[in-house]
Amino acid sequence: MNGLPASKVSVGDQLPKLEFGPISRHTLALYCGGSGDHNPIHVDTDFARSAGYDDVFAHGMLSMALMGRMLSNWVPQNQIRKFGVRFTSITHVHDTVHCSGSVVEELIHDGAECLRLELKAETQDGRQTLLGDAIVARA
Amino acid sequence: MLNHEYIGAVSETRTIEVELGQLKLFAKAIGETNPIYFDEDAARAAGHPAVPAPVTFANCLRLLAPEKSPSYEELGIELRGLLHGEEEFEYYGPIYAGDRLCLVTEVIDMFEKKGGALEFVVRDTRISRESGELLVKLRTVLVMRHGSGE
Repeated sequence: MNGLPASKVSVGDQLPKLEFGPISRHTLALYCGGSGDHNPIHVDTDFARSAGYDDVFAHGMLSMALMGRMLSNWVPQNQIRKFGVRFTSITHVHDTVHCSGSVVEELIHDGAECLRLELKAETQDGRQTLLGDAIVARA
Repeated sequence: MLNHEYIGAVSETRTIEVELGQLKLFAKAIGETNPIYFDEDAARAAGHPAVPAPVTFANCLRLLAPEKSPSYEELGIELRGLLHGEEEFEYYGPIYAGDRLCLVTEVIDMFEKKGGALEFVVRDTRISRESGELLVKLRTVLVMRHGSGE
């Protein structure tokens, strides 16, 4: 099911991109129940307005999960050693999430040959929403 | 305001069973197309003992088995104005449907920026088997924003 073996990868290679959306309120309701993140700010417009927002907005972790899908499409999940992101802006209802990544470094991590990846998520108009990196083992 | 006296506080140990139905709903929500993440037969055919938890699911376990103490109320976290700043996972072993796991969360740090307009709380959660074997460590940074709207 998985793509390129990391053993054949080198610095500069791009991960196959992943696109998801447009994000609907239905998507957010499913993610609320599926993830256990029941914060009403993502599904209850009345609550979002009471908090000063015009509307509900997407869970940051939904976009991170999409990045995670991009990773596990590319390399068997058990080779992923570390995966972190910073949430740099809000993803709104009707946005489409575009995940991309590239191999930036070869390194030894916990005694194993690994690759460091730089990852990002952007909306359809190129606004960055997540900036991340991951360390994956070559084998 | 965050209650800085909780820096260093460690939660009680929570136990949770990884439910297949929860994994299936999560897979649907994130548009997962690889059947190992929602179909037991496909998972076994790919060499897994059961359906594996996807890459970010450890954070869901943290949310599905929240700590009683320190609670959001004790920490001073309010949902209005709350944003997710950062999330990081370190993986040591796989998590599968049916696993019974133990979670412990520690408050690592609290600090503010922009003259207190933004408050940050950093918490680490360790997810282990009941035997004590560590499977995932995650760091969650939440941001409390004072003053509403974007």
